[in-house]
Amino acid sequence: MASAAAAGAPPGPAAPPSAKSRKSVTGTRRAVAALFLLPALVLLGALVVYPIGYSLVRSFVADSGHGFAGTDNYKTLFVDDSIRTAFKNNVIWVVFAPTVSTALGLVFAVLTERVRWGTAFKLVVFMPMAISMLAAGIIFRLVYDQDPHKGVANAVWVGVHDTFAPSSAFPNAHPGRESPLVAQQGGFITRATVRTGQAVTLPLVGVAPDQMPDGAKRAVAAGPEPGKITGTTWQDFTRGKGVGRLGVPDPSELGYAGMRIEAVKDGRVVASTTAAGDGTFTLPASADGARLRLPASNFRQPYNGVSWLGPTLVTPAIIGAYVWMWAGFAMVLIAAGLAGVPRELLEAARVDGATEWQVFRKVTVPLLAPVLAVVTVTLMINVLKVFDLVYIIAPGSSQADANVLALELYRRGFAEDQPGVASAIAVLLLVLVIPVMAFNIRRLRREREVRR
Amino acid sequence: MRSRSSSTIRTHRTVTTVATLLAGALALSACSGGGDKSDTGKKGGGTTPTGSTVSLPELNGTTLEIAAVWTGQEQGNFKQVLAEFEKRTGAKVTFVPAQDPIINFLGSKIAGGQPPDVAMLPQPGAIKQAVRQKWAKPLGPDALKELQKNYSQGWQDIGKVDGKQYGVYYKAANKSLIWYNAKVFANAGAKEPKTWKDLLTTAQAVYDSGVTPFSVPGADGWPLTDWFENVYLSQAGPAKYDQLTQHKIKWTDPSVRQALQTLAQIWGKKDYLAGGQSGALQTEFPASVTQTFTGGDQPKAAMVYEGDFVQVNIGETKAKVGTDAKVFPFPAVGASAPVVSGGDAAVILKDSKAAQALVTFLASPDAATIQAGLGGYLSPNRNVPISAYPNEVQQKIAKALIASGDDFRFDMSDQAPQAFGGTPGKGEWKDLQDFLRNPSDVAGTQAKLEKDAAAAYGSGS
Repeated sequence: MASAAAAGAPPGPAAPPSAKSRKSVTGTRRAVAALFLLPALVLLGALVVYPIGYSLVRSFVADSGHGFAGTDNYKTLFVDDSIRTAFKNNVIWVVFAPTVSTALGLVFAVLTERVRWGTAFKLVVFMPMAISMLAAGIIFRLVYDQDPHKGVANAVWVGVHDTFAPSSAFPNAHPGRESPLVAQQGGFITRATVRTGQAVTLPLVGVAPDQMPDGAKRAVAAGPEPGKITGTTWQDFTRGKGVGRLGVPDPSELGYAGMRIEAVKDGRVVASTTAAGDGTFTLPASADGARLRLPASNFRQPYNGVSWLGPTLVTPAIIGAYVWMWAGFAMVLIAAGLAGVPRELLEAARVDGATEWQVFRKVTVPLLAPVLAVVTVTLMINVLKVFDLVYIIAPGSSQADANVLALELYRRGFAEDQPGVASAIAVLLLVLVIPVMAFNIRRLRREREVRR
Repeated sequence: MRSRSSSTIRTHRTVTTVATLLAGALALSACSGGGDKSDTGKKGGGTTPTGSTVSLPELNGTTLEIAAVWTGQEQGNFKQVLAEFEKRTGAKVTFVPAQDPIINFLGSKIAGGQPPDVAMLPQPGAIKQAVRQKWAKPLGPDALKELQKNYSQGWQDIGKVDGKQYGVYYKAANKSLIWYNAKVFANAGAKEPKTWKDLLTTAQAVYDSGVTPFSVPGADGWPLTDWFENVYLSQAGPAKYDQLTQHKIKWTDPSVRQALQTLAQIWGKKDYLAGGQSGALQTEFPASVTQTFTGGDQPKAAMVYEGDFVQVNIGETKAKVGTDAKVFPFPAVGASAPVVSGGDAAVILKDSKAAQALVTFLASPDAATIQAGLGGYLSPNRNVPISAYPNEVQQKIAKALIASGDDFRFDMSDQAPQAFGGTPGKGEWKDLQDFLRNPSDVAGTQAKLEKDAAAAYGSGS
């Protein structure tokens, strides 16, 4: 639609000369003018006006292609949940994507002016513009991948998180059949209390062999010791055989090296220890009559990162990808505007004792206001039509949550065979673009008047 | 319904390169076609080399177009079948790569006045739609005879509209299979389950060994619908399955509740799903397969459910089908094990002697035997010898499909209106994804399914 306006503009300037020539002898000049305009008009008519007109007509026809549907298709726009979601997301897009891109572009433009390697930096920031939307989409699909081994966003996030809260060695351990342990607060606790002189068994299953701590050795059944509580905690699972002998350490079964064991009496921890490499542990006599607990800290799941492409974060994530692409565009335009700002004004402000922030805030930005408006409005028009990034980045399960009008249009028209509703969405998009376009045209006109 | 979304993207590329590829592919297929001949000759051990069981007219100089959504290897294999047809009749057949949904693709082709002679339609609904729009032409007597000779009644019937035969199911899919990592099963001491209860025991054994039991591709909606269909078909029975397919009973029916509750016994356990529910929801189908068969004896998951075409994705890993990757039929939830199937039917769009001959050929065991030998293909044609399939796993799958006779049921979501059963992020796909996200909400899921179904079936598309 932007191209329509751009293509529509040239006949404008052409008009004044023809107006003058109208006063000439006959109408022949006019005919010649019309002849020259004809190819452009035919092309515009066939490629712009006709499709718009037909979309408008089609939006009043039922999906089957036969019969007048009245305003049914338009009613659907306001009733249908997925179109409403799309509309809501479009609003979010239009509010945030252009403003964030422009703001970042402004910051980059102002800062690069003062850096020695400014041009190189600009080149790098502008580079994403050279990539197609499709490729950018695929790149960001990977960036946002849930698996920290694939997605760089989660790799960083998980890396930071794990520095402060490392995961434990036994994330999936759980009691097997007929276990003496029951689950409690994310950990496990014995059903019965323990007595001194008793050898306790605390078998669990479910730790993958490659996740076993390096110090794990063959599990050994602890012998009873008078005045103390002894026991073994180990992986009660023999590869290829299932549990082997239930509740007894088999030859190839490994001890849970480093498993923390607490003795709990009346909700208080009275003694604690960690298991040795062969899974054995010893608790003092003070633990007599307590229940043994393997606290939750043993079983903390590895942190899985943020699900960037889950239903809540998917739209902000895609807007992030968009900003990555278009901040460079904004920067280049703003930098061009900045080059036209008279240096004297900045110098004068500095001489008058303004801080750099004040110079930026009170002088640079107001002088750049027209450029900023152009950039923001251009991006708004661009954002209203956003399709490719959403279509590619959002996984199937959250595509509905990331939906925008252009994507919904495509889905209705080409996947669901509802061309009527799709045309109505197209008309809605056109209506939404019109105010922005009108603003742009008015501003252009005003500028031209100022120049004259 | 297979990796839909990816094929749409891929076809664009295919269109541009197809011209250049075509020449090469034809030359290639000519060579390998020769190799095939000697192969079947050995196995057949008697009759004519190519086992010419069908008589075809001379069609020198005629040209034909056949449209299908197949890409890559699958397309290449099918072209070998077309080459055989060209050799026998002298006609020239061009493969037209189509986009999903093919019915919309054909719509624009027909509107443009250039329909292909024959198209491969994936769903009974699409055939019905093609007939209603008067695009499809009924089969002639030769094709009909060939079809009746080779196909069971059930497979004939789903190609019929209003009692007239339009479609020949050239390709079938067996969507009642669970693939598993053999090494993990051996380590865990787990056995192939026969019933749902056994499946849960097996899953627990695998989980106890330290491997997550299931890989569920929740980012794609269609595998979720297939899961549901298998449970429902086996639990509620074929009669209810047919009623639900036609929306004669509501999704709020107690039988649906029971099926969802059964599914929740697996989907509801975070520890049973690779990556938990949220991880599953971001796993796409190809990744769900590869993550089950990579990582030695510590893969991300031990089992993955889907149809026979999983083999194609296993082929992308180092695992070997039959030794590292094995398969068992979907266990019986109710009285008997389900067989949910899919397939592609050849439908004539431009009636001619040549088009009829091509469909006759596709209905013959000759055509199917060629493609069966190339792998990744399953034929509903009961006269295709089981030995034509290249490996034991393929033979097992084919046998299960043929043995089900007329008790198989066609994929339910493929038969539903597109808006309900076939659109990413909408209808049944979306509702089951939401159910996977929150498996305790059975009643809410049922209500949403019913609401979406009512809207989609109501508009009668």
